[in-house]
This record gives sequence, C-alpha cells and structure tokens, in this order.
Amino acid sequence: MSHTTTMEGAAPIKLTRKDYASDQDVRWCPGCGDYAILAQVQKVFADLRLERDNTVFVSGIGCSSRFPYYMNTYGVHSIHGRAPAIASGLKVARPELAVWVVTGDGDGLSIGGNHLIHAIRRNIDLKILLFNNRIYGLTKGQYSPTSELGKRTVSTPHGVPDRPFNPVAVALGAGATFVARAFDTDTDHLQAMLRRAHAHKGTAFIEIYQNCNVFNDGAFEHLAEKKVHDERVIALEHGKPLLFGPGKSKGLRFDAHGRATAVEVGDGPGQVPVGAIACHDESVDSAGYAFVLSQLDYPTSPVPIGIFRAVERPTYEQTVREQARKVAPTGARKDIETLWRQGDTWVAGSGGDAE
Amino acid sequence: MTTQSPLSPTGAGAPAGGPLPTQPKNRSVAERESVVIRFCGDSGDGMQLTGTEFTRVTALAGNDLSTLPDFPAEIRAPAGSIAGVSGYQLQFSSREVFTPGDQPHTLVAMNPAALKANLADLVPGGALVVNTGAFTKPNLQKAGYESNPLEDGSLARYHVHQVDVTKLTALALKDTGLSSKEIGRCKNFFALGLAFWMYNRPTEPEIESIKQKFGKKPELADANIKAFLAGYNYGETAEIFTESIEVKPAPIAAGTYRNIMGNSATAIGLVTAGHLSGLDIFFAGYPITPASSILHELSNYRAYGVTTFQCEDEIAAIGAALGGSFGGQLGVTASSGPGIALKGEFLGLAVSLELPLVIINVQRGGPSTGLPTKTEQADLLQALYGRNGECPIPVLAAMTPADCFDATIEACRVAVKHMTPVLLLTDGYLANGSEPWLLPKKSDLAPIEVKFRTDPTGYEVYERDPETLARAWVRPGTPGLAHRVGGLEKDALTGNVSYDPVNHEVMCQTRADKVARVAQGFGKLHLTGPDHGELLVCGWGSTYGAIAQSVELARAEGRQVSHVHLRWLNPLHRELGALLKRFDKVLVPEMNLGQLVKVLRAEFLVDAQSFTKVQGKPFTVSELKARIDQLTSQKERS
Repeated sequence: MSHTTTMEGAAPIKLTRKDYASDQDVRWCPGCGDYAILAQVQKVFADLRLERDNTVFVSGIGCSSRFPYYMNTYGVHSIHGRAPAIASGLKVARPELAVWVVTGDGDGLSIGGNHLIHAIRRNIDLKILLFNNRIYGLTKGQYSPTSELGKRTVSTPHGVPDRPFNPVAVALGAGATFVARAFDTDTDHLQAMLRRAHAHKGTAFIEIYQNCNVFNDGAFEHLAEKKVHDERVIALEHGKPLLFGPGKSKGLRFDAHGRATAVEVGDGPGQVPVGAIACHDESVDSAGYAFVLSQLDYPTSPVPIGIFRAVERPTYEQTVREQARKVAPTGARKDIETLWRQGDTWVAGSGGDAE
Repeated sequence: MTTQSPLSPTGAGAPAGGPLPTQPKNRSVAERESVVIRFCGDSGDGMQLTGTEFTRVTALAGNDLSTLPDFPAEIRAPAGSIAGVSGYQLQFSSREVFTPGDQPHTLVAMNPAALKANLADLVPGGALVVNTGAFTKPNLQKAGYESNPLEDGSLARYHVHQVDVTKLTALALKDTGLSSKEIGRCKNFFALGLAFWMYNRPTEPEIESIKQKFGKKPELADANIKAFLAGYNYGETAEIFTESIEVKPAPIAAGTYRNIMGNSATAIGLVTAGHLSGLDIFFAGYPITPASSILHELSNYRAYGVTTFQCEDEIAAIGAALGGSFGGQLGVTASSGPGIALKGEFLGLAVSLELPLVIINVQRGGPSTGLPTKTEQADLLQALYGRNGECPIPVLAAMTPADCFDATIEACRVAVKHMTPVLLLTDGYLANGSEPWLLPKKSDLAPIEVKFRTDPTGYEVYERDPETLARAWVRPGTPGLAHRVGGLEKDALTGNVSYDPVNHEVMCQTRADKVARVAQGFGKLHLTGPDHGELLVCGWGSTYGAIAQSVELARAEGRQVSHVHLRWLNPLHRELGALLKRFDKVLVPEMNLGQLVKVLRAEFLVDAQSFTKVQGKPFTVSELKARIDQLTSQKERS
C-alpha cells in the first residue's frame, strides 16, 4: 500500500508540480492539451506528496506516450499499444508499486485494444489515463478509432466510414470498476478525477478529452466552449440529481429502456420537480446504469463527465497473493531439491544417495 | 511368419484373479542390448499413457532410454481414422542411448489405422502385436484397407502376434460392474501388461502407480490393475511368445536419476535459476503447442518463488515478462514459432531497454500454423535475425530432453549477467521426449550473481560494466534512482532520448559488442573425435542424439569423422571458425532447409555442406550414417 504513503523524511514544505518534473524538455506542440494534463498530474502528485521512487509511469507510442519522460518517477516508454501489458506484469510482480498507464485513442483503443480490455477485466490496480483527441497526431493526422463518422482526414478523404468507439463504454463493457471522463482544460475537475483514480483499488480508467491543435483543432470545442458547455455537458456527482443546463435548470429522466429525455426542472407548469430527477449513484453494482449514461452523446443528449462507476472488487494481484499465501504461508521458498526429486527416482552406481 | 493366437481354453479372465506373477515359471529369457518399441492406436486408446508408464518402469529398472511421443494435432480426430493415430516410441538399452531409435523392433497396433500408419517403420522380422478385436470391417475401411491384412498374407515379413485385446479385456473385467465403455478404456493397460511380460519388467511398481493414478476412483484402479495383470498373464500363458526379452541396466554415471521430459526440464531449470540467483521468476505465457506444458508445470511451483501469468495473447506475454524484469524479477516467456513471430517487436524493446529476459521457443513445424505437434528446427534464422533494426540477441539451443535443464540455467545466467534478452531454442522432439536425468547436486551449480544498483551517486542509466558492457539493473522503489527507459534511441550515457547520428551508431555497435562478449564466458566446444580430419559433422539442438550415434558408428568403422555440437548460435564460439577449417569437409545436418549452414558459410567462408530433413520427424541414425559414409573413406583403425 506504499503508493498511498507520502514522501518519508521530506521536509514538511509544500511540494509543487516542479518536484515531479524531470529534467527533460517537454516536446509536445505548443498549445497541445497534453501540457495541461501533465500539469494536473504533477499538481495532484505534489498535493498528495506521492513517492516518486515508488511510482512507475508506463506508456506506449503516440504523442501522449511521451508522458513518462516528463515525470520525475520511474518510467517506461514502450511500444505501440502495449503499455497495459508491461504495466500488468510489473504490477503483478511488484504490487507495492504505484503503476500509471498513459495512452491515447489510437494506442489504447486501436493497436492496443486487446491489452486494454484485458487489464481492465482483471482489475489490476493500474491507473489508466486515455488521452482522447480523436486523431493520430504523431503519424500526422489519420483518423483514429474515436474519430467521428464521416470525418475527412489524410487517410479518409471521402470521410471516415467506420463508427467510433466510445472509450467509456468500452471500459464498462470490459468490466471496469472505476470509469471517469474529464476535459484537459477543466483543471479542477480533472484533478478531482485523478485523486479519485489514485484512491481506487483496482483498474481506474479515465478518458480525458484532449485537444490536438495541429491535426484536430477544436476536437471537443463543441462541448468545451463556455457558451454551450452547461447545455451540452452534464457533470456526474455521486448522490446528486442528474442536472445540467444554465443554472442546472434541466434534468435527465430515463424510460424503462434506458432512453434519456431532458426535462425542465422546477415547480412550474410543464416542469419536473427536482425530487423526481434520479440521483447519480456511481456505486451501482451492475454496470448497466453506468452503461446507459455512457450512451449519452452530443447532439442528442448532454455528454456526461465525472465518475460513471466506482465499485470495489478484488484486484488480480490480491488474488494471486492470497493464492501464494496458501501454498507458502511463511513466504519462504521450498527447497529446490524437493522439486528435483519429484516423482520416481532411482539410484545407479555407487555414487547415488539412498532414497 | 504369422502366428495364430488361440484364446487360452480357460479364458483370459482366469489369470487375472490368480497370484501375482512375480516369479513366472518356465520363462525363457533372451538378453538384448537395445530394444525399440512403439505403441500405437487411436488417440482415444490411451497410447501416450501406455508409453509413459512403460517408460517410467523401464527407467526405474536402470536402463538408459529415450522416448518419442507422436500424436495428432487434433484432440480427437474421428475414431479409427489415420488422422487420429497416436503413437509412443521408446528405445531402452543396457548401454548409452542417444535417440528413440530409428525403427521399432516391436510394434503394438491397437487398430487397423495404427497398423497402416506405422507398419512401414517396423524392422523386417520385427514383432507385431495387433489387437484383432479392432479389425472390424468398418475400421478396416476407415483405415483404407481393401482386404484384412491379418488374412491376406501382407504381414508375412513380420512376427505377428494376434491378440484380441478388446475381447480379453472385456472378459477380464466382466464381473467388475463397469460399463462396456469404461471397460473399453482399460484396453491400453492390457496391452501394457503384455509388453511388461514381453520385456520382463517388474509388475509391482506399475500396480502401485495405477493405484496412485486412479486413487480417487478405486473401482477404475482395480479394473486397470486387472486388465494390466490379464495382459501380463496372457503373455505368460498363451504360449505365443516363445521367450521374453531382458535388457540389463545400463552402466550410466553413478547418482540419483529420474526420467524427465524436455519441457519439464526447462520448467525445473527456470525454478533452479531462481534458486541460484535469489530472483523471483515471473513467467508470462499464452497457450501454444508444444510449449504450453512449461506454463502448466510452472504454475504449480509458486512455493518455489515462481509467479505465472496467463496473458491475453503472445504479445502481452512477453510484455508482461519484460514488465516483471523492469520490476527486478527474472521475466520469462515461452512459446513456439508463431508466437515468437508475434513477440518480435517486444524483443526489440528488450534489446533497447537492456533488461534481462528469457524467451523460450519450443520449435514446431512451420511456416504459419504448420505442424503444431511435430518437430522442426526452422526458427533458427528467425531467432538470429527476425527483428527490425540491428537487434542482436544471444541464442542458444538445448541438445537433449534433460539438457533443457542446463541450457535453461545457462540462458538465465547470461540474461542476468549481460542485461540482455536471451532466446533459448528447444523443439517438439525435446519437449515431449524423455530420458533419464542425473539429478544435480546443489554444490555443482554455480550461483547466478545479481547486482541491483542502489547507490544514486553518479548514476547514469546507460553507463556500462567495462567487462560485459552491461548497464546497471535498478529496481523501481530504490530511493534516488528514479529513471526513464524507452524504445527510442538513447544517449549512450544518460539514456535520454537522442537522435544524434553518431550516438546511434555508437549504440548499435555497443549493443552488438555486448552480445559478442557473451562468448567470453563459454566453456569448451562440445567436440567428439579429433580436432582435424576428413569430416566434421556440425550440428545444433535436438539433432545431437542422432548425430552422436551415427558418428560413433562411423568412427567404429575407422572413418575419420568428428562431431561438434553448438550450444550457442549467437554469438558463435570463438574457436569454431578455426576448427571448421581443420577438416576437409564439413557437414551440417538440420531439420530445416539449411539455416545454420548459411550462417557458417557467411561467418567463416567454409564450404560447409547441408544435409536437411523437414518431415516433422527427427533424423534417423541410419540416414545420417549413410550420408557420413558417402563423405568419408573407410580406413583401418590405427
């Protein structure tokens, strides 16, 4: 559990994000959303005084995957899509380390989709940050598995012909125990999500909407822009009603089949009293409710941000440890010679020792 | 000559209930130096169990031996079909055994398909035991026989023993209350009992083994013991086998032995490397024939410091293993050719990160899915070169099933000492074949030294040991040593990302030098015969047994032939080039279309000749011997 402990012996001065920055120059394009995410991660680490030496950042390939180079922790910048595989092995081998995975929509959902869903399925205690900018940036602008249908890119001059993945729905479908969504630019909210992910025991998956100002500028401007943000985004808050819109004047209601309808909230004619709007519950045992929320999308519904689901389940590495304790209660290794002598043995000549 | 086998008038059920036949009367016993026997039948007939049980007791009797299981890729091909034939061959001897034998002297065929698929291998005049009960019209048709070979005289070259195993087993078990289906499943133990009589094996250990094996179902244990004894007694009573054959124990090196299969030796070698290094073993795998049993076996060894992780695919398996190594454990993965192909990109990352990692390729027939249950050595060039970029990896190969133990420890030792991935090549023949293994003594095995850096003063991520060129291994969690590594080219000292052209060349050369320096730790070349002469046979991997025996035979005839067998394929032994040049001719037998021979010709400019076989089967001693004979002159021995 040492990843929840703080930096021992450190002077009780306030740590800042600079304490978690490596000496490497950050090389993302000017204006990239990744800067904001890096800053918030470093800020949260500083606030929580997390141990640099017990933390490992693992990434694959892509713009987001440069992330480990900029964190003053242990880190592996690996190969395309495979970060969850390395991170899983590392975490199972060394459960006392805090292991964070940084990936993108191409890295995590296309070439590495299989590893992502299986890491989530096993509920290995990894913190997975998926930076979703809906484009391949490092390879210069091809469409990604989260690009919108019909989008024109260098590889789809006639428009994207395939329907996009919804990362939150993918994670929920894989049985994720913690799923959240945040914006790169909404720093306070992003910090809150990172703190909750850190505190979660098990795979914590955060989709972070992120702008690529070079190849997909304005990727989420239709949601992030101030004028429309309240109307088009609904912030999920545990125990609070599903309200959105200017002054939280609207609410969501669901029919028996999970179809959402936006209603005016209030006590006036044609309005629905706030008490009749369902309260968000991130701890619902079944993933069905969270999945219904995950289907809310622009332009037919407001897009949810916040924590869709947070439930406790045994982690893979806990189960493995418990199995190990059963076969080796003291933790001491059995004598190798017992292993050599398994099964039938016999002695030849005079040099053999008696059985 | 074909011998009819009338049922004994008392019926076969009678002897089964009688006293244990520990002292058979009137036994005529002939002594033989070596025997090759093959059990074959439908995959549902339990021939692998028959073979392994016979092997176990033969090993306990002190014979040297070597085995070759041969089973179909399909779990259950249609019953009675040629595709569904499963076989198990072993050679046992009172002297050193190198191979499972070219041709069986005795063939036990449980059905017509097994007879058809295996008869060509039986030596003329060899003993053929057939289960006549399975020679029904439908079975003959399924096997493609137009007439019954038991009746049409086509088996006249062999010493045929017709035994209605099906009926005799049923009679022996008629009072057990078992269903006819269950009784049918005991046939293999009847056949085993018969083989025990033929080769004068003691019955007691087998009875004990059956009791243990079927401990949870005593009624099945009893039935199998009855069938086994019925078979044994039938051999004694039926008067069709005029004599039983005795193979005396072999004068092998003194010590404690057990019989071991290659994959088991590999698994135990890994655990032993954990013991010798003090490292935990982190094994990540994905099921693939014929490597899976390494995963199965290791999953039982958690109490020995082993963690196993069955991954979602081959790529994840090597990735997780590399993650384990980054975490300071010894990461290991095992697969076969198709899986190794998938792991290729991660091999490159492991070379770039310079972390210890052991990758085991239990080779099988390729390309693509190829022949999953058959053996081949055609992944050598894949192991040496199958990656992008200049990507050197040390590659070694095991020679015999028991040698998989030593080769595995050597792989782990080099991986840790030189901070590098190491590829270990075995193959299906080694994986499933078995031989007696002389148990090591703890004091015989040198410890594997592991140095984790803990001193943060002056730490540079790619600073190297001046002797081995290995960088330091740092466990995450070590205070003050937090660092980043990755697959981008990195500065030769700091490890920071570097696109500098000269630095890249330095790094490529350094990685190559580092692997070349692995050769500094090699022992002597594995050479049999003089270090010069007319012909040198140069082999690698599982061809060891067949080459060793054929060379021994040729030398006994006075031929000037030596044998060198390569443990390491990369780097090559530093004395190999000079050795090759001291012979008039060099012959390189391989179970591929000529891969090592390319490397030797390229590295040493020698006119080495290739001798190849890609039939999914090992070389026979006789085909190698014939080739050696062609290339050498027979001289009087001096």
